Amino acid sequence: MTVAAAKPHLSREHMLDMLRQMIRIRRFEDKCAELYTQEKIRGFMHLYDGEEAVAVGVIAALEKRDRIVATYREHGQALVRGVPMTSVMAEMYGKQEGCSRGRGGSMHLFNAAANFYGGNAIVGGGLPLAVGLGLASHMQGDDLVNACFFGDGAVAEGEFHESLNLAALWQLPVLFVCENNLYGMGTALAISESETDIHRKAECYRITSEIVDGMDVVAVEAAARRAVQAVRDTRKPYFLECRTYRLRAHSMFDPQLYRDKAEVDSWRPREPIARFQGWLEANHMIHPDEVSRLTGEIDAEIEAAVAFAEAGTWEPVEQLSRFVYADSVVPTGQ
Amino acid sequence: MQQELPGTDPIELTYREAVRAALRDALARDKRVFLMGEDVGRYGGCYAVSHGLLAEFGPERIRDTPLSESGFTGAGIGAAMAGMRPIVELMTVNFSLLALDQILNSAATVRHMSGNQFGVPLVIRMATGAGRQLAAQHSHSLEGWYAHIPGIKVLAPATLEDARGMLWTALQEPDPVLIFENVMLYNISGKLPRDAGAVSIDKAVVRRWGSDVSLITYGGSLWKTLEAATALAAEGIEAEVVDLRSLRPLDDVTIMASVGKTRHAVVVDEGWRSGSLAAEIGMRIIEQAFWSLDAPIGRVCSEEVPIPYPRHLENAALPQAPKIVTAAKAALGRA
Ligand SMILES: Cc1ncc(C[n+]2csc(CCOP(=O)(O)OP(=O)(O)O)c2C)c(N)n1
Ligand SMILES: [Mg+2]
Repeated sequence: MTVAAAKPHLSREHMLDMLRQMIRIRRFEDKCAELYTQEKIRGFMHLYDGEEAVAVGVIAALEKRDRIVATYREHGQALVRGVPMTSVMAEMYGKQEGCSRGRGGSMHLFNAAANFYGGNAIVGGGLPLAVGLGLASHMQGDDLVNACFFGDGAVAEGEFHESLNLAALWQLPVLFVCENNLYGMGTALAISESETDIHRKAECYRITSEIVDGMDVVAVEAAARRAVQAVRDTRKPYFLECRTYRLRAHSMFDPQLYRDKAEVDSWRPREPIARFQGWLEANHMIHPDEVSRLTGEIDAEIEAAVAFAEAGTWEPVEQLSRFVYADSVVPTGQ
Repeated sequence: MQQELPGTDPIELTYREAVRAALRDALARDKRVFLMGEDVGRYGGCYAVSHGLLAEFGPERIRDTPLSESGFTGAGIGAAMAGMRPIVELMTVNFSLLALDQILNSAATVRHMSGNQFGVPLVIRMATGAGRQLAAQHSHSLEGWYAHIPGIKVLAPATLEDARGMLWTALQEPDPVLIFENVMLYNISGKLPRDAGAVSIDKAVVRRWGSDVSLITYGGSLWKTLEAATALAAEGIEAEVVDLRSLRPLDDVTIMASVGKTRHAVVVDEGWRSGSLAAEIGMRIIEQAFWSLDAPIGRVCSEEVPIPYPRHLENAALPQAPKIVTAAKAALGRA
């Protein structure tokens, strides 16, 4: 990789695309929240409102061939990575046209074609798996970056520490991306961790680590480009702590008793979309009309995705036990 | 214990050596295969199974891990999903509990939950069972728990032939396979053909033919059951001994064929009785062969206590040949 590749692309076209991706996640999820109240979407659903810059910035720095492991709060990652919105929405509905055949729902978006190794609903559960992808890269001698998203809550799990140690010990090409939104459900970081400076934990494992303002998409992308290039070149792990904030409830069942409205409001001005859009406008890189146009296009895409999901079909009950084990159909992921 | 197997040019070896031969063979045949676990390399394996393999295959493929059961089991899952064929050794079933999350929530779910986009062709080996006076925390037999989980296969090689042959077949599976090696079997020895190789992993096998009662068992209990069958024969009772070999899936056909013939069944299982694999087998017999039974089904399981340290108490807690003899006679209505 060239040095230039490690720098963020500041072209107007790229900036617009970053803005578009963030708005696309936000509006998709706004729609999902609406569909949830209509009971079209059921189960647990976790929204990414306020955190969009993390997925957009990090994934912009990855190549299509790189692999991604995510959590149950992964709609953003899936959309940015290129899992078609139609198939994500159908998955939210539980329809068999969904990206996991409808079997996973919101928390388990998978897409082999996009090297998207799933949303994992066990906090910390994806970290060892990402280490294994890194181990495969190491043993197969490829140049892939294996990116793993997880929250600040996962940092308290043993699997986090086991995984960081293994990745550093065996020198595996894993990019750890901590989405530090200051809460694990209703438990604030400060009452969960003796050391709240998460990136320092990575340093203890001799992993290069960096903190970045996770509400600033340009900063995230710049940091992610450094990180991705480091992993690709050195074949060693790298740790990126993205400091961010979740503006909505943890899930659709959360009355948010653990934080004040004032605290949430204090974060709103830092919200990544308005902030980036304001910055682009102030620097005459974008016109408000363009944002309206973008938004219109996105809304059309969302409408089509909803129509696709509505028209989708339920997997026949006769297929309930299909793919507990492999059958004659060769899995596309291998 | 001695085991005689037919075949030309047989060689004498132990169960431990048979597992090692299987590992060596797999590592030599398939570049994607590697062994990973605690003390598998420099130490030579906690039961000396992988002794010598490090020198032969190097530290990349005979990979010593830190004490991170969940971490390296998950790493095995990820590596399998990305095209490798890892063999994860979890020392013993006792420690596998620290990896249960990865086995149950990742390995067993991924294919179904991803709509068949990803699979986990992973083999996990571990020792199981009591009998070495290791006390409560090191004497569990939890293979029956694992046999509860859809999405994985569970094997219990009891013979040299299976110790040598099941691994390769398991490695050809597109889904996770757990192999349980009973600790009391590592030192048994016998003869195997020099060219012994892969065996099927989906069929139970009748290890001793008989017409009076079916003794259904697996793993370390197979040998105690065969011993009991010999004792029963001296009293004129011909017991048929069924070695399950695969605990998930269970080979119902072989079980029911035997019970259909003998009309009496006793299940021998080193797991605890309540909620056990023995309970599952008993219920399947009720569901599928109720009308061919002449008497209630018997069970010989471990006593429902943490396995104690002193020899006499440990022996008393585990299935033993005399208990099996008694249960078989009870099933036949002969006190
Ligand atoms: C092992 C485990 N423990 C508990 C839970 C319940 N749970 C779901 S999300 C969550 C909070 C996780 O917080 P964090 O990792 O910071 O991610 P965030 O939701 O903030 O994105 C908890 C406790 C779980 N899913 N898995
Ligand atoms: Mg959090």
